Amino acid sequence: MSLRVLVYGATSGICHEVLKRYATEGAGFFLVGRNAQKLAAVADDLVARGGEVLGSSSYDFKDWGQHEPVIAQAVERLGAIDVALVAHGTLPEQLETEVSTAATQACMDDNFTSVTVVTQALAQQLALQGQGKLAVISSVAGDRGRKSNYTYGATKAGIDAFLAGLQGRFSGTDIRVVNIKPGMTVSPMTAHMAHGLLWSTAQDIAPGIHNAINRGTPVHYAPGYWRLIMLIIRLLPTAVVAKLPI
Amino acid sequence: MASWGALPLAEPRRVIERDWRFEALPELAETDSFLAYGMGRSYGDSCINSQGTQLSTRQLRRLIHFDTERGILRCEAGVTLGDILQLIVPKGWFLPVVPGSRFVTLGGAIANDVHGKNHHSAGTFGCHVRALNLLRSDGTRPRCSLSDNAKLFAATIGGLGLTGLIVDAEIDLLPISSAEMEVENEAFYGIEQFNALSRESADWDYTVSWIDTSARQGHTTRGIFSRARHAKNGSGLSPGRSSSLIKVPFALPWSCVNRWTVGPFNRVYFWAGQRQKGTRFEHYQPFFFPLDSVAQWNRMYGARGFFQYQCVLPPESRDDAISALLRDVRASGQASFLVVLKEFGDRRSPGMLSFPRPGLTLALDFPNRGQTTRHLLDSFDRIVRRAGGAVYPAKDARMSPDMFASAYPAVESFRAQLDPKFSSAFWRRVQASR
Repeated sequence: MSLRVLVYGATSGICHEVLKRYATEGAGFFLVGRNAQKLAAVADDLVARGGEVLGSSSYDFKDWGQHEPVIAQAVERLGAIDVALVAHGTLPEQLETEVSTAATQACMDDNFTSVTVVTQALAQQLALQGQGKLAVISSVAGDRGRKSNYTYGATKAGIDAFLAGLQGRFSGTDIRVVNIKPGMTVSPMTAHMAHGLLWSTAQDIAPGIHNAINRGTPVHYAPGYWRLIMLIIRLLPTAVVAKLPI
Repeated sequence: MASWGALPLAEPRRVIERDWRFEALPELAETDSFLAYGMGRSYGDSCINSQGTQLSTRQLRRLIHFDTERGILRCEAGVTLGDILQLIVPKGWFLPVVPGSRFVTLGGAIANDVHGKNHHSAGTFGCHVRALNLLRSDGTRPRCSLSDNAKLFAATIGGLGLTGLIVDAEIDLLPISSAEMEVENEAFYGIEQFNALSRESADWDYTVSWIDTSARQGHTTRGIFSRARHAKNGSGLSPGRSSSLIKVPFALPWSCVNRWTVGPFNRVYFWAGQRQKGTRFEHYQPFFFPLDSVAQWNRMYGARGFFQYQCVLPPESRDDAISALLRDVRASGQASFLVVLKEFGDRRSPGMLSFPRPGLTLALDFPNRGQTTRHLLDSFDRIVRRAGGAVYPAKDARMSPDMFASAYPAVESFRAQLDPKFSSAFWRRVQASR
């Protein structure tokens, strides 16, 4: 039977690349995003590739009361969830968050609060089903607080802790929680930044992410060399990290 | 941002990523202009808007609709032909026309009205475009086809991106029963033998010839004629690799393609080609896209880049002109590695500025050795112009305004369809006051 996939943040560049691979396998989707027009463009693409879009919903993820009814609607359309993928997020300018509490709060709401609220609700659904994959796109930015992006990094560090806890909660069950940590990736979210040697494209990392979800890998770095880079960065003394231009 | 020939060109002022097909065009300063940029596979300056705004279409790579029953595909213009083949081959479809690289975008294939080894049977890529949507600088989004906005459609096919941004297009596909090709190779000596092979291969869908320009003076031109068709009983519908096998990591200061390397290479290539007798079956990728297996192969020509030269010679003057061109190549001592000879057919493209026309087309390439190379190509232009032929804009970086005007008489009606806010380094060059 084809997989039933529920996606938050379906219009994100990385997420769409992963969804293309599920579409080719004939998966059925329920797509959730913030912008209906963009969501429709992604839905067309997935259908043309052989997927089936069984429903979609677009709303402001800070509309907290919406999450539960939308997930309930998705479950009703899909029947059950085989794969839940939470991929929404925004990348704020670090300097802007330093001078604006509103920007800091928006960053927390977009990247931490709405992600954990949605993930908690999805975890509850998978617990009811007794099986399924729950994958969340975090980031290498959460591995160590650094001056260049600590506001965003803190949200991702929070997600890491949240997912590690969920992995403990579901150990010994048929539910797998997958923490996906992309490095620097060329996408609409990062189009304004200069792209150097360590940058990947969404197409480069999508096959690995797709595999990690299917296998239920607890923590997947995309590409894999970020595991080593971030290990080194985590081991550096605080005084050294403070001096580095990162 | 560069073109495939890697020649030194002035950089664009800015590059703006297009993320969604429904987005409006960005604000533009009075003196600025737009030009789409896809995979940068044009060789010269036709894909570069020096000092202007470049609209990158790499994120416009979504499909819109795929009718798997009738073989009709509609998708955004930044989708590459390679991405399309990955999708459609397993479902028993193929692109009706493919150029020598699959790493080109749909928008680029239309804007250059590219051709392939089946020009004699299928015409150009533009012959298979059902409709396209443009985004003009005045904010309008005209849908263009043979029946809607027909003049704008004709100007956009082969229009070098100057009629507005091609946002998406709908194309007809070709049914296949296998991903394999049935291929035959035959060695030939002299242009008469080539002509004879061309004539007797008219019922093969794909024909192309490679010629050895490094053969010593006084010897007749030799080459390998290959012809192919989609295999009827080949095995499977595997789409093949989506990326290259290896990559040239950087360009050396000098060209690795020179007379010391090309001569031996050509002798080995000719010998190997001539040994393959009879019919063989091969996957479509090595047949259509042999160079795609090496990413960034253009770096082999060194940091100064290289010139491509492709011309078409009309039937009445072709044999003499080809002989004159090949004589000049040999006399120059400049080595050309990828020499391709092909007979164009008479199927007309809707495109006003399309390059292909009945006759013989010859493609050559030369490492950039500054004025020496430019003088050689100028001498080619004189031969082509005398023969009533044309040079291909997608591969050009140096033809004169006169040369362009003489080969593209439709440019006057084309100008009426131009978007006033779109331009390119190529266009400003060939429109410079004569």
